[in-house]
Amino acid sequence: MVRVLYDDVLRIDPSNPRDPNRDRAILSKGHGCLALYALLADRGFFPLSELDGFCGSDSILGGHPEYGMVPGVEASTGALGHGLSIGVGLALAARMRERSYRTFVLLGDGEINEGSVWEAAMGAAKHGLDNLVAMIDYNKLQSYGPTDYVLPLEPLADKWRSFGFAVQEVNGHDVGALRTVLKQVPAVAGKPTAIICHTVKGKGLPAAESNADWHHKNKLTDSELDAIRVAVGDF
Amino acid sequence: MRNTAMNMVHKLAARDERVLYIGSDPGAGTLRAMSKEFPKRHLIEGISEAHIIGMSAGLAMEGFVPYVNTIATFLTRRCYEQVAVDLCLHNLPVRLIANGGGLVYAPLGPTHQAIEDIAIMRALPNMTVICPCDADEAARMMEQTLDWKGPIYIRLGKGGDAIVSKAEHGFEIGKAILMRSSGDVLMVTTGIMLQRALAAADLLAAQGIRAGILHMHTVKPLDTAALLQAIRGTRLLVTLEEHVPSGGLGSAVAEALIDKLGSGLPAMLRLSLPDRFMHNYGSQDSLLKKHGLSASAIATSIEHALAASHTPSPQLHST
Ligand SMILES: Cc1ncc(C[n+]2csc(CCOP(=O)(O)OP(=O)(O)O)c2C)c(N)n1
Repeated sequence: MVRVLYDDVLRIDPSNPRDPNRDRAILSKGHGCLALYALLADRGFFPLSELDGFCGSDSILGGHPEYGMVPGVEASTGALGHGLSIGVGLALAARMRERSYRTFVLLGDGEINEGSVWEAAMGAAKHGLDNLVAMIDYNKLQSYGPTDYVLPLEPLADKWRSFGFAVQEVNGHDVGALRTVLKQVPAVAGKPTAIICHTVKGKGLPAAESNADWHHKNKLTDSELDAIRVAVGDF
Repeated sequence: MRNTAMNMVHKLAARDERVLYIGSDPGAGTLRAMSKEFPKRHLIEGISEAHIIGMSAGLAMEGFVPYVNTIATFLTRRCYEQVAVDLCLHNLPVRLIANGGGLVYAPLGPTHQAIEDIAIMRALPNMTVICPCDADEAARMMEQTLDWKGPIYIRLGKGGDAIVSKAEHGFEIGKAILMRSSGDVLMVTTGIMLQRALAAADLLAAQGIRAGILHMHTVKPLDTAALLQAIRGTRLLVTLEEHVPSGGLGSAVAEALIDKLGSGLPAMLRLSLPDRFMHNYGSQDSLLKKHGLSASAIATSIEHALAASHTPSPQLHST
């Protein structure tokens, strides 16, 4: 999702990261920042070598992305349930200032447990913000376990629809399909768009796939590291 | 400390059917044994802290004693109004077990670093604020939480913190523990600053400076009587905290002294984190070091403060 967004969709220019007309993107599930950092480095927002410092004392790249520290990061996230409200503000500002930029907010499925997300959704619909896109990483897992166990979300598409969004569902691992859907925003004129991306958490790494124990894992055994090397080599 | 506190919830639940564990979305397997033994009293309610606090208030109104557990910043900032109104205004016996008080989550940045939690929790009427120093003390503290009237905020450290508390000191909410009797200096600590104070006291002793240590595990209600007793005869009062300078232990101590003594206040040195968000990552230890809270930096700060105040500062007498 991050890959398609940053490579194929966002109108951004690393040489002018504060361009007032740039598209805005917020990784509201800030704990997914490794993917973001890799893409931002790849796009040239900062040198690739910064990646080696991840979480180091003097690094710009922490365990959650920080506004003002990491070029290309539009908002400090890490406390879940903030991104969509900030996105509503950015999108409303675009409307008020007659700017053509779009705002994309990437949310976790566990994250949308937060009531603040639904407050933001109502606000977005109230203002008819069709320049705003909520992308939901629907991997059906959160920290403790399955979203269905922790706090069931279904019927999820109906929820977003009833909150006034135009809803699209897509396989979040299908790059072509994602690109198509993202290029067609707004899905309906006058409505904010919600794109529910069906994904598998940890996809591509067998030990991590759909494994709740892997969430925020930070101590890896040698054999787990080897497995990661093999999986990455396959790409 | 965290595992111990969690296991104590299970233990208390076995003893008392009013006890509930309520997690938002903790790590997989949290209190698995309790979830097996008492599935109805082990509740995982989703990433919805504000709602969970309100729900706990409702459960407490009906006689339950909910132990709500998540990361410190989300248990304080995220649901502050619910804590203030639903818990404190109604004065309900809900226990907030905060993982990662202070800089435990250093690598995760400012959203996860609880550096003002003591201040904002302490500001609320009816709230009790406790910062145990190690796992053993956390266990003794948890024993005391079952029948305490009103809400309690429990600030937990990382886990694996050196055990320095002693069984013979016991634990009573609101009663400070004199770890070393006063000398030229008295250090007042809370949470895991105790370990650093002990090490600093050893360094100071090598310089011929006698330093006492008063461990203020309960920041609210503050044990003013113990404080007044312990500062007798000292030349310098030092507070140590893993917290911003406003509103924490240093503030609490200064306020208590002003209220009690009014004049003739002791020379005081407040050692804390600076008044800003940490934009460094690394580890809890590296950040504490960076901000002058390693044992050696503490000892040095104290030596300097003593030297600066060596002009005839009167011996302190509490009234
Ligand atoms: C307000 C808030 N509460 C709790 C957390 C701790 N936390 C970090 S990630 C996470 C699980 C998130 O689940 P989800 O949004 O589904 O993300 P994913 O499973 O895709 O990683 C939790 C509870 C947080 N970061 N912010």
